[in-house]
Amino acid sequence: MNRYTRRTFALEAILIAVAAVFMVPLYVLVAVALRDPDSTAGFLGFTWPLRFENLATAWTESAMGPSLLNSVIITTVSVVLVIVVASTASYTITRRTQRWSRGVFYLFLTGFLFPGQLALLPLYLMFSQLGLVGNPLSVILIYVAGHMPFAIFLYCAFLRDLPRDYEEAATLDGARPLRTFRSIVFPLIRPVTGTVAILTALAVWNDFLNPLLYLTGGSSRTAPLSVYTFVGEYSANWPLVFSALITSVIPILIAYVFMQRFIMRGFATGLKG
Amino acid sequence: MTVQTTPTEAAIATMSKRQRRPGRRRPQGGLAIRPPIWFVLPAVLLYLAVVVTPNLQGVLFSFTDWDGFTKGFSFVGLQNYSSVMADDNATRAITNTFVLTLVVAIGQNILGLLLALGVNTQIKSRYLLRLVFFLPVVLTPIVAGYLWKYLLTPGGTLNTVLASLGLGSLQQDWLGNPDLVLYSVCAAIIWQGAGFSMVIYLAGLQAVPAEALEAAAIDGAGPIRRTWSITLPLINGAIVVNLLLAVLGSLKQFDTVFSMTGGGPAGASETMATIVYKTAFLYLQYPNALAQAVILTIVVGVIGFFQYRLTQRKALA
Repeated sequence: MNRYTRRTFALEAILIAVAAVFMVPLYVLVAVALRDPDSTAGFLGFTWPLRFENLATAWTESAMGPSLLNSVIITTVSVVLVIVVASTASYTITRRTQRWSRGVFYLFLTGFLFPGQLALLPLYLMFSQLGLVGNPLSVILIYVAGHMPFAIFLYCAFLRDLPRDYEEAATLDGARPLRTFRSIVFPLIRPVTGTVAILTALAVWNDFLNPLLYLTGGSSRTAPLSVYTFVGEYSANWPLVFSALITSVIPILIAYVFMQRFIMRGFATGLKG
Repeated sequence: MTVQTTPTEAAIATMSKRQRRPGRRRPQGGLAIRPPIWFVLPAVLLYLAVVVTPNLQGVLFSFTDWDGFTKGFSFVGLQNYSSVMADDNATRAITNTFVLTLVVAIGQNILGLLLALGVNTQIKSRYLLRLVFFLPVVLTPIVAGYLWKYLLTPGGTLNTVLASLGLGSLQQDWLGNPDLVLYSVCAAIIWQGAGFSMVIYLAGLQAVPAEALEAAAIDGAGPIRRTWSITLPLINGAIVVNLLLAVLGSLKQFDTVFSMTGGGPAGASETMATIVYKTAFLYLQYPNALAQAVILTIVVGVIGFFQYRLTQRKALA
Protein backbone atom coordinates (compact mmCIF):
# COMPACT_ATOMS: atom_id res chain seq x y z
CA MET A 1 0.00 0.00 0.00
CA ASN A 2 2.85 2.35 0.58
CA ARG A 3 4.47 2.05 -2.82
CA TYR A 4 4.41 4.81 -5.41
CA THR A 5 2.26 3.24 -8.11
CA ARG A 6 0.84 4.49 -11.36
CA ARG A 7 -2.35 5.24 -9.50
CA THR A 8 -0.44 7.42 -7.03
CA PHE A 9 1.03 9.29 -9.95
CA ALA A 10 -2.42 9.89 -11.44
CA LEU A 11 -3.63 11.18 -8.09
CA GLU A 12 -0.62 13.44 -7.83
CA ALA A 13 -1.29 14.87 -11.29
CA ILE A 14 -4.94 15.55 -10.44
CA LEU A 15 -4.06 17.26 -7.17
CA ILE A 16 -1.44 19.44 -8.79
CA ALA A 17 -4.04 20.51 -11.35
CA VAL A 18 -6.46 21.34 -8.52
CA ALA A 19 -3.71 23.29 -6.76
CA ALA A 20 -3.09 25.25 -9.94
CA VAL A 21 -6.76 26.20 -10.09
CA PHE A 22 -6.58 27.15 -6.41
CA MET A 23 -3.75 29.50 -7.15
CA VAL A 24 -5.48 31.26 -10.07
CA PRO A 25 -6.91 34.04 -7.87
CA LEU A 26 -3.47 34.75 -6.44
CA TYR A 27 -1.90 34.67 -9.90
CA VAL A 28 -4.49 37.20 -11.05
CA LEU A 29 -3.75 39.31 -7.97
CA VAL A 30 -0.10 39.63 -8.96
CA ALA A 31 -0.75 39.93 -12.71
CA VAL A 32 -3.27 42.74 -12.38
CA ALA A 33 -1.28 44.57 -9.71
CA LEU A 34 1.72 44.87 -12.01
CA ARG A 35 -0.26 45.84 -15.10
CA ASP A 36 -0.20 49.10 -16.97
CA PRO A 37 -3.34 50.89 -15.69
CA ASP A 38 -4.14 52.30 -19.15
CA SER A 39 -3.75 49.07 -21.07
CA THR A 40 -6.72 47.03 -22.19
CA ALA A 41 -4.79 43.77 -22.08
CA GLY A 42 -6.54 40.47 -21.53
CA PHE A 43 -7.67 39.83 -18.03
CA LEU A 44 -5.39 36.90 -17.38
CA GLY A 45 -2.13 38.15 -18.75
CA PHE A 46 0.64 40.34 -17.54
CA THR A 47 1.53 43.44 -19.52
CA TRP A 48 5.17 44.15 -20.17
CA PRO A 49 7.15 45.80 -18.79
CA LEU A 50 5.89 45.01 -15.30
CA ARG A 51 4.75 48.13 -13.51
CA PHE A 52 6.36 47.79 -10.09
CA GLU A 53 5.68 51.48 -9.55
CA ASN A 54 2.00 50.53 -9.03
CA LEU A 55 3.05 48.95 -5.75
CA ALA A 56 4.93 52.09 -4.74
CA THR A 57 2.02 54.37 -5.69
CA ALA A 58 -0.49 52.24 -3.82
CA TRP A 59 1.82 52.05 -0.84
CA THR A 60 2.08 55.82 -0.47
CA GLU A 61 -1.47 56.71 -1.57
CA SER A 62 -3.09 54.27 0.85
CA ALA A 63 -0.68 55.15 3.69
CA MET A 64 -0.12 51.41 4.01
CA GLY A 65 3.13 51.77 5.94
CA PRO A 66 1.60 53.42 9.01
CA SER A 67 -1.42 51.10 8.73
CA LEU A 68 0.75 47.99 8.80
CA LEU A 69 2.56 49.41 11.82
CA ASN A 70 -0.79 49.99 13.53
CA SER A 71 -1.84 46.44 12.69
CA VAL A 72 1.38 45.07 14.14
CA ILE A 73 0.99 47.08 17.35
CA ILE A 74 -2.69 46.25 17.82
CA THR A 75 -2.12 42.56 17.07
CA THR A 76 0.90 42.27 19.37
CA VAL A 77 -0.72 44.04 22.29
CA SER A 78 -3.94 42.02 21.92
CA VAL A 79 -2.12 38.67 21.71
CA VAL A 80 0.07 39.40 24.74
CA LEU A 81 -2.91 40.54 26.79
CA VAL A 82 -5.03 37.52 25.78
CA ILE A 83 -2.23 35.18 26.83
CA VAL A 84 -1.48 36.88 30.15
CA VAL A 85 -5.09 37.41 31.19
CA ALA A 86 -6.42 34.03 30.04
CA SER A 87 -3.56 31.87 31.32
CA THR A 88 -3.59 33.36 34.83
CA ALA A 89 -7.38 33.14 35.03
CA SER A 90 -7.38 29.53 33.80
CA TYR A 91 -4.74 28.62 36.39
CA THR A 92 -6.90 29.83 39.23
CA ILE A 93 -10.06 28.36 37.70
CA THR A 94 -8.58 24.87 37.39
CA ARG A 95 -6.62 24.78 40.65
CA ARG A 96 -9.35 26.17 42.86
CA THR A 97 -11.97 23.48 43.05
CA GLN A 98 -14.76 25.39 44.75
CA ARG A 99 -18.11 25.74 43.11
CA TRP A 100 -17.51 29.36 42.03
CA SER A 101 -14.54 28.37 39.91
CA ARG A 102 -16.74 26.04 37.83
CA GLY A 103 -19.28 28.85 37.62
CA VAL A 104 -16.65 31.24 36.28
CA PHE A 105 -15.59 28.62 33.73
CA TYR A 106 -19.15 28.22 32.47
CA LEU A 107 -19.59 31.99 32.41
CA PHE A 108 -16.77 32.16 29.88
CA LEU A 109 -18.17 29.22 27.90
CA THR A 110 -21.42 31.12 27.27
CA GLY A 111 -19.30 33.47 25.17
CA PHE A 112 -19.25 30.85 22.40
CA LEU A 113 -22.95 31.40 21.91
CA PHE A 114 -22.78 35.16 21.31
CA PRO A 115 -22.06 35.95 17.67
CA GLY A 116 -20.89 39.47 18.50
CA GLN A 117 -23.51 41.30 16.44
CA LEU A 118 -25.76 41.78 19.44
CA ALA A 119 -23.11 43.59 21.46
CA LEU A 120 -22.00 45.70 18.51
CA LEU A 121 -24.32 48.64 19.00
CA PRO A 122 -24.48 48.90 22.81
CA LEU A 123 -20.71 48.55 22.92
CA TYR A 124 -20.23 51.23 20.29
CA LEU A 125 -22.42 53.68 22.19
CA MET A 126 -20.65 52.83 25.46
CA PHE A 127 -17.21 53.37 23.92
CA SER A 128 -18.25 56.60 22.27
CA GLN A 129 -19.47 57.88 25.64
CA LEU A 130 -16.08 56.97 27.08
CA GLY A 131 -14.39 58.82 24.21
CA LEU A 132 -12.68 55.67 22.97
CA VAL A 133 -13.81 55.87 19.35
CA GLY A 134 -10.75 56.45 17.18
CA ASN A 135 -8.51 55.08 19.91
CA PRO A 136 -6.89 51.68 19.22
CA LEU A 137 -7.57 50.79 22.85
CA SER A 138 -11.22 50.25 21.89
CA VAL A 139 -10.52 47.44 19.44
CA ILE A 140 -7.84 45.95 21.71
CA LEU A 141 -10.33 45.70 24.58
CA ILE A 142 -12.84 44.04 22.23
CA TYR A 143 -10.28 41.55 20.94
CA VAL A 144 -9.01 40.61 24.37
CA ALA A 145 -12.48 40.18 25.85
CA GLY A 146 -13.78 38.47 22.72
CA HIS A 147 -11.00 35.87 22.75
CA MET A 148 -11.39 35.04 26.43
CA PRO A 149 -13.87 32.13 25.98
CA PHE A 150 -11.75 30.30 23.46
CA ALA A 151 -8.40 30.96 25.19
CA ILE A 152 -9.72 30.03 28.63
CA PHE A 153 -11.36 26.90 27.23
CA LEU A 154 -8.05 25.73 25.71
CA TYR A 155 -5.93 26.65 28.73
CA CYS A 156 -8.32 24.99 31.19
CA ALA A 157 -8.49 21.78 29.16
CA PHE A 158 -4.70 21.59 29.16
CA LEU A 159 -4.21 22.60 32.79
CA ARG A 160 -6.68 19.99 34.06
CA ASP A 161 -4.51 17.21 32.67
CA LEU A 162 -1.24 18.78 33.78
CA PRO A 163 0.33 16.96 36.76
CA ARG A 164 0.57 19.16 39.83
CA ASP A 165 3.78 17.67 41.15
CA TYR A 166 6.01 20.48 39.89
CA GLU A 167 3.77 23.13 41.37
CA GLU A 168 3.72 21.26 44.67
CA ALA A 169 7.49 21.01 44.68
CA ALA A 170 7.81 24.72 44.00
CA THR A 171 5.31 25.52 46.73
CA LEU A 172 7.22 23.35 49.17
CA ASP A 173 10.38 25.16 48.23
CA GLY A 174 8.65 28.34 49.30
CA ALA A 175 7.66 29.82 45.97
CA ARG A 176 4.71 32.16 46.14
CA PRO A 177 1.79 31.57 43.73
CA LEU A 178 2.89 34.26 41.29
CA ARG A 179 6.41 32.87 41.20
CA THR A 180 5.11 29.31 40.80
CA PHE A 181 2.97 30.39 37.91
CA ARG A 182 5.68 32.36 36.16
CA SER A 183 8.54 29.88 36.57
CA ILE A 184 6.76 26.52 36.58
CA VAL A 185 3.26 26.57 35.14
CA PHE A 186 3.60 29.08 32.32
CA PRO A 187 6.56 27.28 30.69
CA LEU A 188 4.66 23.97 30.94
CA ILE A 189 1.60 25.28 29.11
CA ARG A 190 3.63 26.67 26.24
CA PRO A 191 1.95 24.46 23.58
CA VAL A 192 -1.42 26.06 24.32
CA THR A 193 0.16 29.50 24.40
CA GLY A 194 1.47 28.89 20.89
CA THR A 195 -1.93 27.83 19.60
CA VAL A 196 -3.69 30.76 21.26
CA ALA A 197 -1.09 33.20 19.95
CA ILE A 198 -1.37 32.01 16.34
CA LEU A 199 -5.16 31.88 16.20
CA THR A 200 -5.60 35.20 18.01
CA ALA A 201 -2.97 36.95 15.91
CA LEU A 202 -4.56 35.87 12.63
CA ALA A 203 -8.08 36.73 13.75
CA VAL A 204 -7.01 40.17 15.00
CA TRP A 205 -4.86 40.98 12.00
CA ASN A 206 -7.59 40.02 9.53
CA ASP A 207 -10.51 41.58 11.41
CA PHE A 208 -12.33 44.24 9.49
CA LEU A 209 -15.63 45.07 11.19
CA ASN A 210 -14.25 46.45 14.45
CA PRO A 211 -11.66 48.73 12.84
CA LEU A 212 -14.38 49.85 10.42
CA LEU A 213 -16.52 50.97 13.35
CA TYR A 214 -13.90 52.34 15.70
CA LEU A 215 -10.92 53.47 13.65
CA THR A 216 -12.42 54.86 10.42
CA GLY A 217 -11.03 58.26 9.55
CA GLY A 218 -8.62 58.29 12.46
CA SER A 219 -4.86 58.10 12.40
CA SER A 220 -4.74 54.51 13.66
CA ARG A 221 -6.22 52.64 10.73
CA THR A 222 -5.33 48.96 10.40
CA ALA A 223 -4.24 47.34 7.15
CA PRO A 224 -7.66 45.85 6.21
CA LEU A 225 -9.33 49.19 6.93
CA SER A 226 -6.84 51.03 4.72
CA VAL A 227 -7.56 48.53 1.95
CA TYR A 228 -11.26 49.28 2.30
CA THR A 229 -10.72 53.05 2.24
CA PHE A 230 -8.38 52.79 -0.72
CA VAL A 231 -10.82 50.64 -2.70
CA GLY A 232 -13.47 53.26 -2.06
CA GLU A 233 -11.29 55.97 -3.58
CA TYR A 234 -9.78 54.07 -6.51
CA SER A 235 -12.51 51.55 -7.26
CA ALA A 236 -12.08 51.80 -11.05
CA ASN A 237 -8.32 51.43 -10.99
CA TRP A 238 -7.85 47.69 -10.48
CA PRO A 239 -4.04 47.68 -10.85
CA LEU A 240 -3.68 50.18 -8.01
CA VAL A 241 -6.33 48.44 -5.91
CA PHE A 242 -4.60 45.10 -6.33
CA SER A 243 -1.25 46.65 -5.51
CA ALA A 244 -2.76 47.89 -2.25
CA LEU A 245 -4.18 44.41 -1.57
CA ILE A 246 -0.74 42.89 -2.06
CA THR A 247 1.05 45.35 0.21
CA SER A 248 -1.55 44.75 2.92
CA VAL A 249 -1.14 40.97 2.97
CA ILE A 250 2.63 40.72 2.50
CA PRO A 251 3.37 40.48 6.24
CA ILE A 252 0.96 37.56 6.74
CA LEU A 253 2.24 35.77 3.65
CA ILE A 254 5.82 36.06 4.88
CA ALA A 255 4.79 34.86 8.33
CA TYR A 256 2.87 32.00 6.71
CA VAL A 257 5.79 30.80 4.62
CA PHE A 258 8.11 30.73 7.62
CA MET A 259 5.66 29.41 10.20
CA GLN A 260 3.29 27.28 8.13
CA ARG A 261 3.88 24.13 10.16
CA PHE A 262 3.11 25.88 13.43
CA ILE A 263 0.13 27.67 11.94
CA MET A 264 -1.44 24.50 10.56
CA ARG A 265 -0.76 22.63 13.79
CA GLY A 266 -2.24 25.53 15.72
CA PHE A 267 -5.44 25.32 13.72
CA ALA A 268 -5.63 21.55 13.97
CA THR A 269 -5.08 21.37 17.73
CA GLY A 270 -6.86 24.55 18.72
CA LEU A 271 -10.09 24.02 16.86
CA LYS A 272 -10.60 20.36 17.56
CA GLY A 273 -11.23 21.19 21.23
CA MET B 1 -1.18 17.28 53.87
CA THR B 2 -0.05 19.87 56.36
CA VAL B 3 3.22 21.24 57.60
CA GLN B 4 3.89 18.25 59.86
CA THR B 5 4.66 15.92 56.99
CA THR B 6 8.05 16.23 55.42
CA PRO B 7 8.22 17.32 51.78
CA THR B 8 9.32 13.92 50.46
CA GLU B 9 6.53 12.11 52.28
CA ALA B 10 4.03 14.51 50.84
CA ALA B 11 5.38 14.11 47.37
CA ILE B 12 5.42 10.30 47.61
CA ALA B 13 1.91 10.30 49.05
CA THR B 14 0.51 12.42 46.24
CA MET B 15 2.41 10.51 43.61
CA SER B 16 1.19 7.12 44.76
CA LYS B 17 -2.36 8.41 45.05
CA ARG B 18 -2.09 9.79 41.58
CA GLN B 19 -0.87 6.49 40.21
CA ARG B 20 -3.59 4.51 41.89
CA ARG B 21 -6.34 6.58 40.39
CA PRO B 22 -5.24 7.88 37.07
CA GLY B 23 -7.51 10.34 35.39
CA ARG B 24 -9.52 11.07 38.49
CA ARG B 25 -9.80 14.44 40.12
CA ARG B 26 -7.18 15.29 42.63
CA PRO B 27 -7.57 13.29 45.86
CA GLN B 28 -8.59 15.25 48.93
CA GLY B 29 -5.97 16.28 51.47
CA GLY B 30 -3.07 16.80 49.07
CA LEU B 31 -0.81 19.77 49.28
CA ALA B 32 -3.03 22.73 48.58
CA ILE B 33 -2.24 24.76 45.51
CA ARG B 34 -4.26 27.89 45.88
CA PRO B 35 -3.58 30.41 43.17
CA PRO B 36 -4.74 33.89 44.15
CA ILE B 37 -8.29 34.87 43.28
CA TRP B 38 -7.11 38.14 41.76
CA PHE B 39 -5.71 36.07 38.89
CA VAL B 40 -9.23 35.70 37.51
CA LEU B 41 -10.30 39.29 38.12
CA PRO B 42 -8.90 40.96 34.97
CA ALA B 43 -10.45 38.29 32.75
CA VAL B 44 -13.82 38.32 34.52
CA LEU B 45 -14.13 42.11 34.74
CA LEU B 46 -13.13 42.66 31.13
CA TYR B 47 -15.45 39.91 29.96
CA LEU B 48 -18.38 41.24 31.98
CA ALA B 49 -17.82 44.80 30.75
CA VAL B 50 -17.13 44.17 27.07
CA VAL B 51 -19.08 40.97 26.33
CA VAL B 52 -21.79 40.22 28.88
CA THR B 53 -23.10 43.73 29.61
CA PRO B 54 -23.50 44.92 26.00
CA ASN B 55 -25.17 41.65 25.03
CA LEU B 56 -27.67 41.92 27.88
CA GLN B 57 -28.25 45.60 27.04
CA GLY B 58 -28.84 44.57 23.46
CA VAL B 59 -31.51 42.05 24.46
CA LEU B 60 -33.15 44.53 26.82
CA PHE B 61 -33.21 47.45 24.38
CA SER B 62 -34.54 45.27 21.57
CA PHE B 63 -37.89 45.41 23.41
CA THR B 64 -37.87 49.22 23.68
CA ASP B 65 -37.99 52.31 21.51
CA TRP B 66 -34.54 53.38 22.76
CA ASP B 67 -32.76 55.76 20.40
CA GLY B 68 -29.28 55.54 21.88
CA PHE B 69 -28.98 59.20 22.80
CA THR B 70 -31.72 60.21 25.18
CA LYS B 71 -31.93 58.56 28.56
CA GLY B 72 -35.62 57.74 28.41
CA PHE B 73 -37.16 54.77 26.68
CA SER B 74 -40.32 52.77 26.98
CA PHE B 75 -41.06 49.13 26.41
CA VAL B 76 -42.84 48.36 23.18
CA GLY B 77 -43.04 44.59 23.52
CA LEU B 78 -42.39 42.67 20.34
CA GLN B 79 -43.03 45.63 18.05
CA ASN B 80 -39.42 45.78 16.81
CA TYR B 81 -39.48 42.09 16.05
CA SER B 82 -42.71 42.32 14.08
CA SER B 83 -41.36 45.25 12.06
CA VAL B 84 -38.21 43.22 11.30
CA MET B 85 -40.31 40.30 10.17
CA ALA B 86 -42.45 42.60 8.02
CA ASP B 87 -39.32 43.96 6.33
CA ASP B 88 -38.68 42.04 3.10
CA ASN B 89 -35.03 42.95 3.11
CA ALA B 90 -34.59 41.48 6.58
CA THR B 91 -36.49 38.26 5.90
CA ARG B 92 -34.55 37.78 2.68
CA ALA B 93 -31.31 38.27 4.62
CA ILE B 94 -32.40 35.53 7.01
CA THR B 95 -33.16 33.12 4.14
CA ASN B 96 -29.92 34.09 2.42
CA THR B 97 -27.96 33.36 5.57
CA PHE B 98 -29.43 29.87 5.80
CA VAL B 99 -28.80 29.15 2.11
CA LEU B 100 -25.24 30.45 2.36
CA THR B 101 -24.59 28.43 5.52
CA LEU B 102 -25.91 25.25 3.95
CA VAL B 103 -23.97 25.64 0.70
CA VAL B 104 -20.73 26.67 2.41
CA ALA B 105 -20.88 24.02 5.13
CA ILE B 106 -21.46 21.22 2.62
CA GLY B 107 -19.17 22.53 -0.12
CA GLN B 108 -16.28 23.40 2.15
CA ASN B 109 -16.45 20.06 3.93
CA ILE B 110 -16.63 17.92 0.82
CA LEU B 111 -13.78 19.81 -0.81
CA GLY B 112 -11.75 19.88 2.39
CA LEU B 113 -12.24 16.15 2.92
CA LEU B 114 -11.26 15.29 -0.65
CA LEU B 115 -8.15 17.46 -0.40
CA ALA B 116 -7.23 15.89 2.93
CA LEU B 117 -7.66 12.37 1.53
CA GLY B 118 -5.57 13.40 -1.46
CA VAL B 119 -2.63 14.88 0.41
CA ASN B 120 -2.70 12.17 3.08
CA THR B 121 -1.15 9.71 0.61
CA GLN B 122 2.29 8.86 -0.66
CA ILE B 123 2.35 11.56 -3.34
CA LYS B 124 5.63 13.42 -3.49
CA SER B 125 4.27 16.95 -3.48
CA ARG B 126 2.02 16.45 -0.45
CA TYR B 127 3.71 19.02 1.79
CA LEU B 128 3.80 21.65 -0.94
CA LEU B 129 0.17 20.96 -1.80
CA ARG B 130 -0.89 21.38 1.84
CA LEU B 131 0.88 24.74 1.83
CA VAL B 132 -0.98 25.78 -1.32
CA PHE B 133 -4.43 24.64 -0.21
CA PHE B 134 -4.08 26.25 3.21
CA LEU B 135 -2.76 29.58 1.94
CA PRO B 136 -6.18 31.21 1.34
CA VAL B 137 -7.07 30.55 5.00
CA VAL B 138 -4.56 33.10 6.24
CA LEU B 139 -5.54 35.70 3.66
CA THR B 140 -7.50 38.68 4.99
CA PRO B 141 -11.18 37.95 4.14
CA ILE B 142 -11.87 41.39 2.67
CA VAL B 143 -8.80 41.06 0.46
CA ALA B 144 -10.13 37.71 -0.78
CA GLY B 145 -13.50 39.38 -1.31
CA TYR B 146 -12.10 42.13 -3.54
CA LEU B 147 -10.02 39.60 -5.41
CA TRP B 148 -13.06 37.46 -6.18
CA LYS B 149 -15.07 40.52 -7.08
CA TYR B 150 -12.57 41.14 -9.87
CA LEU B 151 -12.58 37.49 -10.97
CA LEU B 152 -16.36 37.53 -11.32
CA THR B 153 -17.04 40.96 -12.83
CA PRO B 154 -18.71 40.78 -16.28
CA GLY B 155 -15.42 41.38 -18.10
CA GLY B 156 -13.43 39.57 -15.42
CA THR B 157 -11.20 36.55 -15.32
CA LEU B 158 -13.84 33.83 -15.20
CA ASN B 159 -15.81 35.11 -18.19
CA THR B 160 -12.61 35.68 -20.18
CA VAL B 161 -11.47 32.14 -19.46
CA LEU B 162 -14.86 30.76 -20.44
CA ALA B 163 -14.77 32.69 -23.72
CA SER B 164 -11.27 31.52 -24.57
CA LEU B 165 -12.31 27.91 -23.92
CA GLY B 166 -15.17 28.33 -26.37
CA LEU B 167 -17.70 28.21 -23.57
CA GLY B 168 -18.89 31.77 -24.08
CA SER B 169 -22.49 30.63 -23.67
CA LEU B 170 -21.77 29.93 -20.02
CA GLN B 171 -20.76 33.52 -19.33
CA GLN B 172 -22.81 35.14 -16.62
CA ASP B 173 -22.98 38.38 -14.73
CA TRP B 174 -21.95 36.43 -11.65
CA LEU B 175 -22.35 39.29 -9.18
CA GLY B 176 -25.06 41.26 -10.97
CA ASN B 177 -27.61 38.48 -11.37
CA PRO B 178 -29.75 38.34 -8.20
CA ASP B 179 -30.29 34.60 -8.64
CA LEU B 180 -26.57 33.85 -8.88
CA VAL B 181 -24.87 36.36 -6.62
CA LEU B 182 -25.29 34.42 -3.39
CA TYR B 183 -23.69 31.31 -4.89
CA SER B 184 -20.82 33.37 -6.28
CA VAL B 185 -20.16 34.62 -2.75
CA CYS B 186 -20.34 31.02 -1.51
CA ALA B 187 -17.66 30.02 -4.03
CA ALA B 188 -15.27 32.65 -2.68
CA ILE B 189 -15.94 31.57 0.92
CA ILE B 190 -15.44 27.90 0.08
CA TRP B 191 -12.17 28.70 -1.69
CA GLN B 192 -10.98 30.45 1.46
CA GLY B 193 -12.19 27.83 3.90
CA ALA B 194 -11.46 24.51 2.19
CA GLY B 195 -7.86 24.41 3.40
CA PHE B 196 -9.04 25.01 6.93
CA SER B 197 -11.36 21.99 6.78
CA MET B 198 -8.55 20.03 5.15
CA VAL B 199 -6.18 20.62 8.07
CA ILE B 200 -8.74 19.43 10.61
CA TYR B 201 -9.53 16.36 8.50
CA LEU B 202 -5.82 15.65 8.16
CA ALA B 203 -5.45 15.61 11.92
CA GLY B 204 -8.31 13.09 12.03
CA LEU B 205 -6.93 10.99 9.18
CA GLN B 206 -3.54 10.70 10.82
CA ALA B 207 -5.21 8.97 13.77
CA VAL B 208 -6.75 6.28 11.54
CA PRO B 209 -4.76 3.07 12.14
CA ALA B 210 -3.04 1.78 9.01
CA GLU B 211 -3.72 -1.82 10.11
CA ALA B 212 -7.47 -1.36 9.69
CA LEU B 213 -7.03 -0.12 6.14
CA GLU B 214 -4.54 -2.88 5.30
CA ALA B 215 -6.87 -5.53 6.69
CA ALA B 216 -9.69 -4.20 4.54
CA ALA B 217 -7.41 -4.13 1.50
CA ILE B 218 -6.48 -7.78 2.06
CA ASP B 219 -10.17 -8.60 2.32
CA GLY B 220 -10.55 -7.12 -1.15
CA ALA B 221 -11.98 -3.67 -0.45
CA GLY B 222 -11.05 -1.08 -3.06
CA PRO B 223 -9.91 2.46 -2.23
CA ILE B 224 -13.40 3.96 -2.36
CA ARG B 225 -14.89 1.19 -0.24
CA ARG B 226 -12.04 1.54 2.26
CA THR B 227 -12.59 5.28 2.54
CA TRP B 228 -16.35 4.95 2.89
CA SER B 229 -16.50 2.04 5.34
CA ILE B 230 -13.31 2.43 7.39
CA THR B 231 -11.93 5.95 7.18
CA LEU B 232 -15.12 8.01 7.33
CA PRO B 233 -16.58 6.30 10.42
CA LEU B 234 -13.22 6.68 12.17
CA ILE B 235 -13.00 10.42 11.53
CA ASN B 236 -16.59 11.36 12.29
CA GLY B 237 -15.31 13.45 15.20
CA ALA B 238 -13.46 15.63 12.71
CA ILE B 239 -16.55 15.79 10.48
CA VAL B 240 -18.73 17.08 13.31
CA VAL B 241 -16.14 19.66 14.42
CA ASN B 242 -15.67 20.84 10.85
CA LEU B 243 -19.41 21.20 10.31
CA LEU B 244 -19.78 23.08 13.59
CA LEU B 245 -17.06 25.57 12.72
CA ALA B 246 -18.25 26.06 9.14
CA VAL B 247 -21.88 26.56 10.21
CA LEU B 248 -21.08 29.00 13.02
CA GLY B 249 -18.68 30.94 10.81
CA SER B 250 -21.16 31.16 7.92
CA LEU B 251 -24.07 32.28 10.07
CA LYS B 252 -21.97 35.29 11.12
CA GLN B 253 -20.59 35.91 7.62
CA PHE B 254 -19.84 39.58 7.08
CA ASP B 255 -16.45 40.41 5.55
CA THR B 256 -16.60 38.52 2.27
CA VAL B 257 -20.17 39.60 1.48
CA PHE B 258 -19.44 43.19 2.42
CA SER B 259 -16.37 43.47 0.22
CA MET B 260 -17.63 41.41 -2.72
CA THR B 261 -21.16 42.71 -3.18
CA GLY B 262 -22.01 45.01 -0.28
CA GLY B 263 -25.20 42.95 -0.02
CA GLY B 264 -26.33 43.82 -3.52
CA PRO B 265 -27.65 43.84 -6.12
CA ALA B 266 -30.77 45.21 -4.42
CA GLY B 267 -30.24 43.15 -1.28
CA ALA B 268 -29.92 39.83 -3.13
CA SER B 269 -26.81 38.79 -1.19
CA GLU B 270 -27.55 40.47 2.13
CA THR B 271 -26.85 38.32 5.22
CA MET B 272 -28.00 38.77 8.79
CA ALA B 273 -24.64 40.20 9.82
CA THR B 274 -24.63 42.78 7.04
CA ILE B 275 -28.18 43.98 7.68
CA VAL B 276 -27.46 44.32 11.41
CA TYR B 277 -24.52 46.54 10.53
CA LYS B 278 -26.48 48.59 7.99
CA THR B 279 -29.60 48.98 10.10
CA ALA B 280 -27.55 50.17 13.05
CA PHE B 281 -24.81 52.26 11.51
CA LEU B 282 -26.20 53.46 8.18
CA TYR B 283 -29.94 53.73 8.81
CA LEU B 284 -29.53 54.38 12.56
CA GLN B 285 -32.63 52.30 13.40
CA TYR B 286 -31.22 51.06 16.67
CA PRO B 287 -34.12 49.03 18.08
CA ASN B 288 -34.65 47.22 14.78
CA ALA B 289 -30.94 46.44 14.49
CA LEU B 290 -31.01 45.00 18.00
CA ALA B 291 -34.05 42.86 17.20
CA GLN B 292 -32.25 41.52 14.12
CA ALA B 293 -29.17 40.84 16.21
CA VAL B 294 -31.23 38.99 18.83
CA ILE B 295 -32.67 36.77 16.09
CA LEU B 296 -29.18 36.06 14.79
CA THR B 297 -27.96 35.31 18.31
CA ILE B 298 -30.81 32.89 18.92
CA VAL B 299 -30.13 31.08 15.64
CA VAL B 300 -26.39 30.83 16.37
CA GLY B 301 -27.00 29.86 19.98
CA VAL B 302 -29.52 27.11 19.25
CA ILE B 303 -27.60 25.57 16.35
CA GLY B 304 -24.29 25.91 18.16
CA PHE B 305 -25.67 24.30 21.30
CA PHE B 306 -27.07 21.26 19.50
CA GLN B 307 -23.96 20.79 17.44
CA TYR B 308 -21.83 21.11 20.55
CA ARG B 309 -23.88 18.41 22.26
CA LEU B 310 -23.29 16.26 19.20
CA THR B 311 -19.51 16.75 19.44
CA GLN B 312 -19.60 15.77 23.10
CA ARG B 313 -21.45 12.56 22.28
CA LYS B 314 -19.07 11.77 19.44
CA ALA B 315 -16.11 12.43 21.72
CA LEU B 316 -17.44 9.88 24.21
CA ALA B 317 -18.26 7.26 21.61
